[in-house]
Amino acid sequence: MIVEIGHFALILAFAVALAQSLVPLVGAHKGWSDWMAVGRPMASAQFFLVAISFLALTWAFVTSDFSVQLVVANSHTAKPLIYKISGVWGNHEGSMLLWILILTLFGASAAWFGSNLPATLQARVLAVQSSITAAFMAFTIFTSNPFDRMAFPPFDGRDLNPLLQDPALALHPPFLYLGYVGLSMAFSFAVAALIEGRVDAAWGRWVRPWTLAAWVFLTIGIALGSWWAYYELGWGGFWFWDPVENASLMPWLFAAALLHSAIVVEKREALKSWTILLAILAFGFSLIGTFIVRSGLLTSVHAFAMDPERGVFILMILGVFMGGALTLFAARANVMEAKGVFSTVSRESALVVNNVLLAVSSFVVFVGTMWPLIAEMLFDRVLSVGPPFFNMAFTPFMVALAMVLPIGAMLPWKRGNLTRTARPLAGLAVFSVAMGALVWSLQTGMSMLVPVGVALAVWVVLGAGADLWSRTGRGAFAGRLRRLGRLPRADWGKATAHSGLGVAVFAVAALMGWETEDIRVVRDGETWRVGAYELTLTDVQQVQGPNFTSTMALVDFERDDGVSGQVRPEKRIYPAAGMPTTQVGLRYGLTHDLYVVMGDPQDGGGWAIRTHLKPFANWLWFGCALMALGGLLSLTDRRYRVAAGAAKSGGRRGDGPPSDRPPSDRPRSDTVPAE
Amino acid sequence: MSGLRAWGAALMLALALTGAPAVAGPQPDEILDDPALEARARALSADLRCMVCRNESIDESNADLARDMRLLVRERIEEGDTDAEVLAFVVERYGEFVLLRPTTDGANLILWISAPAMLMLALIAAGVYLRRREGAPEIGADDLSEEERARLDALLRERG
Repeated sequence: MIVEIGHFALILAFAVALAQSLVPLVGAHKGWSDWMAVGRPMASAQFFLVAISFLALTWAFVTSDFSVQLVVANSHTAKPLIYKISGVWGNHEGSMLLWILILTLFGASAAWFGSNLPATLQARVLAVQSSITAAFMAFTIFTSNPFDRMAFPPFDGRDLNPLLQDPALALHPPFLYLGYVGLSMAFSFAVAALIEGRVDAAWGRWVRPWTLAAWVFLTIGIALGSWWAYYELGWGGFWFWDPVENASLMPWLFAAALLHSAIVVEKREALKSWTILLAILAFGFSLIGTFIVRSGLLTSVHAFAMDPERGVFILMILGVFMGGALTLFAARANVMEAKGVFSTVSRESALVVNNVLLAVSSFVVFVGTMWPLIAEMLFDRVLSVGPPFFNMAFTPFMVALAMVLPIGAMLPWKRGNLTRTARPLAGLAVFSVAMGALVWSLQTGMSMLVPVGVALAVWVVLGAGADLWSRTGRGAFAGRLRRLGRLPRADWGKATAHSGLGVAVFAVAALMGWETEDIRVVRDGETWRVGAYELTLTDVQQVQGPNFTSTMALVDFERDDGVSGQVRPEKRIYPAAGMPTTQVGLRYGLTHDLYVVMGDPQDGGGWAIRTHLKPFANWLWFGCALMALGGLLSLTDRRYRVAAGAAKSGGRRGDGPPSDRPPSDRPRSDTVPAE
Repeated sequence: MSGLRAWGAALMLALALTGAPAVAGPQPDEILDDPALEARARALSADLRCMVCRNESIDESNADLARDMRLLVRERIEEGDTDAEVLAFVVERYGEFVLLRPTTDGANLILWISAPAMLMLALIAAGVYLRRREGAPEIGADDLSEEERARLDALLRERG
């Protein structure tokens, strides 16, 4: 019964979504305020209906209702409760329902928090958002119904893929979807603005928090996935350039570009049409990602035919929304005249460079990801494009980005002077290069990867610090320190996110360049040495878990500096799913992780054991966390918190003096402007 | 081509998806005694795709085929092949699909030059745009319509 209520609620929500994608749009066109106003309650209703539907499915999973096909295929009575819940989205149909839930959540948020939007804009945003929702609801209801029943319920389920039974991966999809779907808001705002034919600073200010939130969620989601791959898959990689991973990287890069260009719209009323295009493309790449993952088109080049119905449906959604939005863009882009005039050396130009690097690098990932398909269709060649290509083609963009970032971040708006901006940074640049050189001289016969990484990281992190410090103006040290604490959160967010990028760059370089690895056969009681570690295999035990059996090795370690402990790598078998997995024996550390993997028993006795020392692995997750935190800090900036007032004063703002920040979000009078 | 080969690949890929990622990589008994040769074997393995896996190199995979390929690579290296000769041998046997680093011949040239080409185009477009922006006449932000001006005045009176 509860399952049917869920199914019914979803269908009802679909009907509401269809109505909502028409009524407010017509209302906005005709200027009928009651037709426009109906969008808001409808958006709320959609959200609550889908929430009921989602809860009903969750209920089926929690109570192990094996009359539901999806529960049979993805759950098991012996599974811990948390994985029964995460099992809801650990499969295609359930994850679509989560996707829809988040779509309606964003739609409803635009209704709840958008009271300061002009009525016509809000009505159009809600209508566009709802049309996206309706498309995905149709997809779910007609091709991927999660509520299908079984005629003969089995006694127990087939269990969730054991790899997915993991805390980080339980949270990975919700965050990722919040990111992907969050970009739909930017898309809806862009399309609504195109229909409206008006993009101004206020539009930039409304669209930026949504983009920022989506980007933060996407960052967290990707980092969780990467972390999971690191500790779960057993060879300690953090990024494999898998099509599915690339599918999340492309929208992330576009979102990063968009949230930077939206600043230019907000502060300088320039780059308008480009920003609109970016907003369309960012969500477009989210959809392409969905398509890649759902159709299985690229996971295996040939699996497309296996599920043509779903693949074609998503391709249609993609075609309609991208085609429609881009056509609209082509027709209306010319009405968006740019206002701000700026010189070639200015913050605006620096942000254009940022956008060029981010957008082109994303296209490079796209071309690399799609190339096997193109080569097969057009040139009759079955080939692969793997990590070696992506590392070579993508890395230069990140290097260039890191090089220009500190200078660009400090250039004044409108008209800058490169020498004046660069002068205080020259010392930092020299110091960064010196740090790189130092690292290079300390390492023996290894690549340039880490020295370059260190130099870039130091440059970016110190540059972020210098940027923040320069905002405190001139004067006595104590006074500047006091002002530092009073800087707007957007400034802190910027510095935090940028230094997060620096930290991540360093960690990636160190992980790729400095890893130590050891592979050997180890017998019970045997001792071996890796780097500064002395390891002993003390015992191998059979352990019974809730829904798996495990062969667990107890490995004692002692480091040369006296630190000792034990790691317990495992090989697990999940009988219900009939699948083995490995658990890495992992000890996290500040400068390196000890990473021990248990292999197969050997014919002559003993076990194959792989030991890695992973340098600065934690810094990668820390860097990602800093980026996300920076985004959150910016998101809580005063100008968004007091959005109602800001919108009114920001809607039509006089062009301020050529100052670093426009008047309305200038820090209080006790903070001197940066110049 | 080789509809057959495509089908073969499809079949193998389908099988691979059901395969489990257990412990990966070269096993202790595979490792060459000479560390220099072993290092070369590892570097080459990282560039070769495990044909039955989902986007894994043979250096990362635990599949039997990956093991066979690893042994093959090491065998060729011990026989004195150069890296290029080893790759050529493996491609001869398994097809271009095994190369994770695509070749630069023929149509693949498009792939390899796409990154620099797109960057150049984007930079030129950005340059043109910036040039134009610099020369553009400033549109006053003060040019409010009558209606807007009236509203602004009203608001200012309200606050002041």
